[in-house]
Order: sequence, then C-alpha cells, then structure tokens
Amino acid sequence: MTVEIIASIVKSVLMIVIGLNLSVFLLYFERKGSALIQDRVGANRAGITGLGKKLGLPNLGIINTLVFDPIKMFTKEDFVPDGADKFLHTLAPFLALFPVMITFVVIPFGDTISIAGHQIDLQAANLNAAVLYLLATIGIGVYGIALAGWSSNNRWSLLGGIRATAQMISYELAMGLALIAVITTYGTLDLQEIVRGQGGVYFGWLPRWGLFTQPLAFIIFMTAGVAESKRVPFDLPESESELILGYFTEYSGGKQAVFMLTDFAEQALVAMLVTTFFLGGWQMPWLYRDGFHLPGGAFIAMPALAISIAGILAFLIKVLALCVFLGLVRWTLPRFRYDQLMRLGWKMLVPLGLINLLITAFLVVAVGSAS
Amino acid sequence: MALWLFVFLAVISLVSALGVIVQRNPVHCLLALVLTILALAVLFIALDATVVGFLQIIVYAGAIMVLFLFVIWLLNLQAETGPTGSLALKFFGTIASAALVAELWSFLLRPHLKVKYVGESASYGTLGALSQKLFTDYLIAFEATSILLLAAIVGAVALARRAPGQRDSRQGSLP
Repeated sequence: MTVEIIASIVKSVLMIVIGLNLSVFLLYFERKGSALIQDRVGANRAGITGLGKKLGLPNLGIINTLVFDPIKMFTKEDFVPDGADKFLHTLAPFLALFPVMITFVVIPFGDTISIAGHQIDLQAANLNAAVLYLLATIGIGVYGIALAGWSSNNRWSLLGGIRATAQMISYELAMGLALIAVITTYGTLDLQEIVRGQGGVYFGWLPRWGLFTQPLAFIIFMTAGVAESKRVPFDLPESESELILGYFTEYSGGKQAVFMLTDFAEQALVAMLVTTFFLGGWQMPWLYRDGFHLPGGAFIAMPALAISIAGILAFLIKVLALCVFLGLVRWTLPRFRYDQLMRLGWKMLVPLGLINLLITAFLVVAVGSAS
Repeated sequence: MALWLFVFLAVISLVSALGVIVQRNPVHCLLALVLTILALAVLFIALDATVVGFLQIIVYAGAIMVLFLFVIWLLNLQAETGPTGSLALKFFGTIASAALVAELWSFLLRPHLKVKYVGESASYGTLGALSQKLFTDYLIAFEATSILLLAAIVGAVALARRAPGQRDSRQGSLP
C-alpha cells in the first residue's frame, strides 16, 4: 500500500515537473528559436565567466533567458492599477495556471513498469472518465483570463478578456467534437486504454496511431488546441498592435510571469494531449511487450524494463517534437482577423467535426456488425 | 462518501451559495455561484455519479456561467449601492421564503425519504451505465429533450440572424 502511495506522489510531481520543464524549453525556444527562424541573432548575453568564449563555443543565451529573465520578472514591483478589483486581480493569474497544472496528472507517460516486484502504471491519476476531466479543467481555465481582463479596470484588458473567453469557448466545442470521434473509435474514456488501443500496425507496417485512424480529428484537435492555448495565429486576445497586451496589460512582475507560464504550459499540455490521442502516446512503432516486431518478420527481443523506459522516452520525444512544431507554427503564420477566427471555428471546424463523428459512428457500427 | 468530505463540501456550497445573494458586485456573485457549482459537482463525483459531476462542471461552470459573465459585461452592470427594493417587497419576500422553508421541511419529513441508502453497484455512475439507461428506459424522454434543445438553438439562430443584404448596425462596436 505504501509503495502505491509513494509511487503516485512521485508520478504526480514528475508529471508537473515535466510540464514546467517543457514550459521552460518553450520559453527558450520563444527567444532563441524565433531568432533562428527570423534570421536574427537573438539572445546571446551573459555567459558564465566567459568559459564558452575561451572554448570557442557560440553563446546560446541560455543563462539570460532562463535565469536572469525570470529573476528580473519576479523582483519587479508588483503593481495593481487604480480602481482595479484588488482581490480578483491577484487571484486571476492563479485561476489561470491552476487548471492547466492539474490536467498534467491524467496523461499516461508510459506503460506499466515493474520495480521490486510491484507493477506500477505510469500514469499519475488513472481516472476512468479522464476525457471528461480534461474537458472540465479546460473549461474552468477560462475564468482566470476573463477575470484578469475584467478586474484590471482597463478597456484594453477587458477587450482582451472578452476575446479570449469567446475564442476559448468557441474552440472548446470543436475540440470536444474531435475527442468524441476518438472516444467512439476506442470505446473508452480512459487515456491509458486509448493509448493501448493505438498499439499494433495496419497493413503490416503502418503504426495504428490515432493520426492514421482519425486523420480529420487530428487536424481539428490540433487547430483547436493551438487556438485554445491562444498562440499565433490565434493570439487575438493579446494582439500587441491592437490591444497593447490584451488581458494581462495591467500585470507586472511575478503575476505577469505566471500568465506567461500559463501560456507555455498550455502549449506543452496541447502537445501532450495530441501525443496521447493521435501519436500513440508512449507506443513506439513496432515495439510490443516482448520486443521489436519489425515489418518483414524480423524480431529483436528486449528485456521488460528496457521496453518500459523506451516507452517513456518515446513519449517525451514525441511531446518535444510537437512543442517544436507548435513553435514553428507560431513564428511562421501571420495573425488571423477576429471574424476569420470565429468563421474558422464555427463554420469549418464544428461542421467538419460533426461530419467526422457521423463517419466514425457509421464505420464503428459497420465494422462491429461485420465481425 | 466519507462524512468529513460531505461536511466539507456542504459547508463550501452553503457559504458560497450565501455569497451569491449577499454580495453587491455581480461578478463576485457569479464567482460564488461557480464555486457552489464546483462543490456540488465534487459531491456528485464522491457519490460515484462521475459523469454527472463532470458534466456539471463542463456545462454549467465551463459554459453557462461564462455566458452569464458576458451578459454582466455587455449590460455593464455595476455594484449596487444602498438598499434596494421597497418595504412591501421585503415583507412579501420574507413570507414567500418562509413558505418555501416550511414546504421543504414537510417534504423532507415524509417517510419515504427516511429509507436508508441501499447502494447500487459502484459502476452505476459511469458513462456506459448512464447511456444504457438513457437509450433504453428513458429513450423517449431523452429524444424529446434533444428536440426541445434543437428548437431552442434554431430559435436563437433565427433571432440573431441578419436578413440577407441588411447591414449590421452594431458593426464597429464589436470587440
């Protein structure tokens, strides 16, 4: 019993740490990766003791983006504007961050692993209604942003808050429709079971990932996910050229850092969710419980522990690759107009999701009655 | 459900429900209502009605309350200052609430409510069990409700829709 309790504490902390670290990686990508994409130099100050220079290494600006920037933010004056609702103004950043952080715990990051005779499921919280839990926490996430906009007593903030709220509840719908099609395919709300359902291959070589089983749902979910995390091209709520900084215009110091962290954590969360639903989670292509079954009949046996660890690594690599992909999207596409955003959500993604759901339901019933 | 959990959630939901009616700022009232809804949802989940609990959060806290927030913003409601309502209103309000309490009291004392909870199988609140009931025993009621909702959606779209060629008078004032 105690082993289980310790294991779940370790897993929960691990998952939140992974989420935070991915956010840090995204912050670095925001500074240096964007410079790479736009052919700029980017962050290149404050190396440690000139050591890198002596060795002739390029200064990658890791120290000043990841150490000095956060120190600067958290030591700045914490400012509450005149006429603002002080209580809600302080509460809002935490209301925004909290739902994202508690969502990380339901994501399975590996198959079972056996340590000292105990079978441990590599998922911090195994809920049998995990998909509903996801939708619930995502729905609650709206409040932090809406209240930040309202409580700041600033027109730009309020407009940013209204835009963010409308955008998030519009794209939640498309996201939910994509997820319903996935649930119909795998017949379960349990994320671990959904990942297990993505094991195996089509035609002897193509991994049975959600991407190939539900391609339309993948596109809808990915688009809605980017919109949900309010990144370019969907960053209307904070579009600098119109609204200064949108809903967190009136925030400074640590509270603003919390809002930035929320954005990055949301991006990491979207990457994890897309991995779980559509890229096979911890499934490695052709890897089964006993080893690799390569297409063509070759077989490489592997010990069980190595397979468990390979699963965790596969999950992390997929998530990281998706994070980079989301970063590339962010620094490549221009921003939508607000009416284009709404048209895309309601007139394209929602009908597409409904059609996809109809086709999926038809196929599931047809296949079910044929077998 | 453990007693301490019930007491904890009951206190949260009662205090936040009081907060809905005693606060003067409409946004604060709304947040208190959200807290009440969340506490009730956790109560549902603790009673093994997992799906109902999560749907409560998704639909009420995640969507309907956000629409309430929009209404508050669009009508630009401010915090009320000073006493509201006439003396007669307060008088009849007191009588009506006293009548409601009396009615609830007499209802709760009815013998069939004193039956002890006999406990169904722990899976009665899962999505599978719920859908099984909805699509067999309560199919007609379920479909009738969906038609009702569909009619409401069509009605809302018809009301909000502009006639073709008609210019939107609100243009330029949208966020």
